[in-house]
Amino acid sequence: MNSNNRRELTAICILAAVMLGVMPALNAWIPEGQWLHVSNFTINVWGKYLAYGILAISVDLLWGFTGLLSLGQALFFSLGGYMLGMHLMLMIGKLGQYKSELPDFMVFLGHTFLPSFWQPFRSLAFAALMVVLVPAVIGKLFGYLAFRSRIKGVYFSILTQALTYGASLMFFRNDMLMGGNNGFTDFKTILGADIRSPGTQRALYIVTGLTLIAIYLGCRWLTRTKFGLIQRAIRDSETRVLFSGYAAANYKLFVFVVSAVIAAIGGALYVPQVGIINPSEMTPDKSLEAVVWVAVGGRGTLAGPVLGAVVVNALKSWATRAIPDLWLILLGGLFLLIVLFLPGGLVSLPNKLRELRSRLGKKSPDTTPTAVPNASAS
Amino acid sequence: MKQRPFLLSAEGVNKSFDGFKAIRDLNFHLEDGELRTVIGPNGAGKTTFLDLITGRTQPDSGRIEFEGLHNLGTLSEHAIYRLGIGRKFQTPTVYADHTVFENLVLSLSGSRGVFAALFFKLKSEQKDRIHEILETINLSTHAQRKAGTLAHGQKQWLEIGMLLAQEAKLLLIDEPAAGMTDEETARTGELLLSLAGKHTIMVIEHDMVFVRQISKGRKVSVLHQGSLLCEGPVDQVQSDERVIEVYLGRKHAR
Repeated sequence: MNSNNRRELTAICILAAVMLGVMPALNAWIPEGQWLHVSNFTINVWGKYLAYGILAISVDLLWGFTGLLSLGQALFFSLGGYMLGMHLMLMIGKLGQYKSELPDFMVFLGHTFLPSFWQPFRSLAFAALMVVLVPAVIGKLFGYLAFRSRIKGVYFSILTQALTYGASLMFFRNDMLMGGNNGFTDFKTILGADIRSPGTQRALYIVTGLTLIAIYLGCRWLTRTKFGLIQRAIRDSETRVLFSGYAAANYKLFVFVVSAVIAAIGGALYVPQVGIINPSEMTPDKSLEAVVWVAVGGRGTLAGPVLGAVVVNALKSWATRAIPDLWLILLGGLFLLIVLFLPGGLVSLPNKLRELRSRLGKKSPDTTPTAVPNASAS
Repeated sequence: MKQRPFLLSAEGVNKSFDGFKAIRDLNFHLEDGELRTVIGPNGAGKTTFLDLITGRTQPDSGRIEFEGLHNLGTLSEHAIYRLGIGRKFQTPTVYADHTVFENLVLSLSGSRGVFAALFFKLKSEQKDRIHEILETINLSTHAQRKAGTLAHGQKQWLEIGMLLAQEAKLLLIDEPAAGMTDEETARTGELLLSLAGKHTIMVIEHDMVFVRQISKGRKVSVLHQGSLLCEGPVDQVQSDERVIEVYLGRKHAR
């Protein structure tokens, strides 16, 4: 157990050093055209993947550990993005198309002054607070109602999907004053720095990576406390949990709110790197995509979902350029293959292979199944 | 005038499902420290009665009281649990993916709050208590095994152990001998007998050999069609005409 722990933490340190130290360094100091150079594009794409990794962890916390298949995580991800986006919109200042203090879409809609709920978003600190607070409050409200009425299983999934869909319809409306169809884009600066400069993008990438690590470690701690035991107990036998005196609804509500906040933080880091947020990010199929990442990586493992997010999105980047028509088929096929043949996800692959090797050639003595944490002994 | 309060008393309880009267005008009383066996043919309402006690369903009418104070018909499952009522289900319900040890940790009495769970640390006396229970239920050597990999009888014992960890005042045990080998059944009987006196225990059972083992010199209640048919020592109950007719008689007729 302890040596496993140490191995895991060492792996995280090495990965972090390479990805957040070496990669940005190669991007900054090795001139373009040289073999070792890491392009701005690469940094940007990886920044996006890592933000998705944060979203994947939030899905895993709900689905993998607590058995709650929420299709509402894209909503919270987008909300986080929108909250930071409001600040970024105000930071454009007079650099917009209409050379007005107001965001372009407001000028276009004929507004002459900034609505009061936009005012405090001039402060980045306030926006950051809202990134956490707004999803937490909405998550708490929705979760309270859903869990108190004991909505479970597929009904819970459908309800979260409806919530997400409803929210996206609201954000599509112009009179919501959140940019409507086009959402927010054309950001210029963040903390006074040019948001599109390689330096800023590199900084955002590093911040995203560090946040991902912090969230990973936080969730790792959470799932190993007694709270984590209860989470998994709810997943496996909620009735027993109730008859062991735990108000399961309170536990689910807590996880739901924590996951909403994590997803929102991911969204807030995603938006300045891709430079746009609009209601199409807020749809149930985006939530489903995140569920696929988790399934592909390995649910209930925290590391797996991050891996899944990176692998599936890297595949998507390639496939949508190389074989755009086949991408969805490829995604569906991958999901099916994993569910059928590798239910533990990609992270279970090494153990699976080891098992297979020991079954094929009985000679290698180092392969004892006791090293497999998930396999039952008998 | 009120008599000395019963630990559990049901007065005039009714419950129907879609017109089917599962429990009709049931009166039932259980004294502190008793080991009571409840028998009755299939559909007599035994499990429904447990559901009513533990808050899984609510009575249509009537009152179920615990310690003469709490009206169980109005409380939720976890609130009833916290009063000190523990239930072992008919099919063993343990946390299959957790180790035997973890199953007991989750059942230990103590705070059930979310934040308490976040900062929970197992104290050494709690650890000792768990090992004591493991000893009692004969699973000491299996503490680190996943509960899902235990044999059927062992799971039943683990579930009884979980009720012990909870320090329940009233243990409700639904068909503990179901699906067990004769040897496991006998050991389960011994386990229950060793707990009698320390806890109040209500056992629901079909297996008459087992019933005779655990209710020697004790009261047995017979349920039939949702109400109490008769009560008394096991020999007396077994020779009761009505019981033979509704329950044992059917067996003899075969």
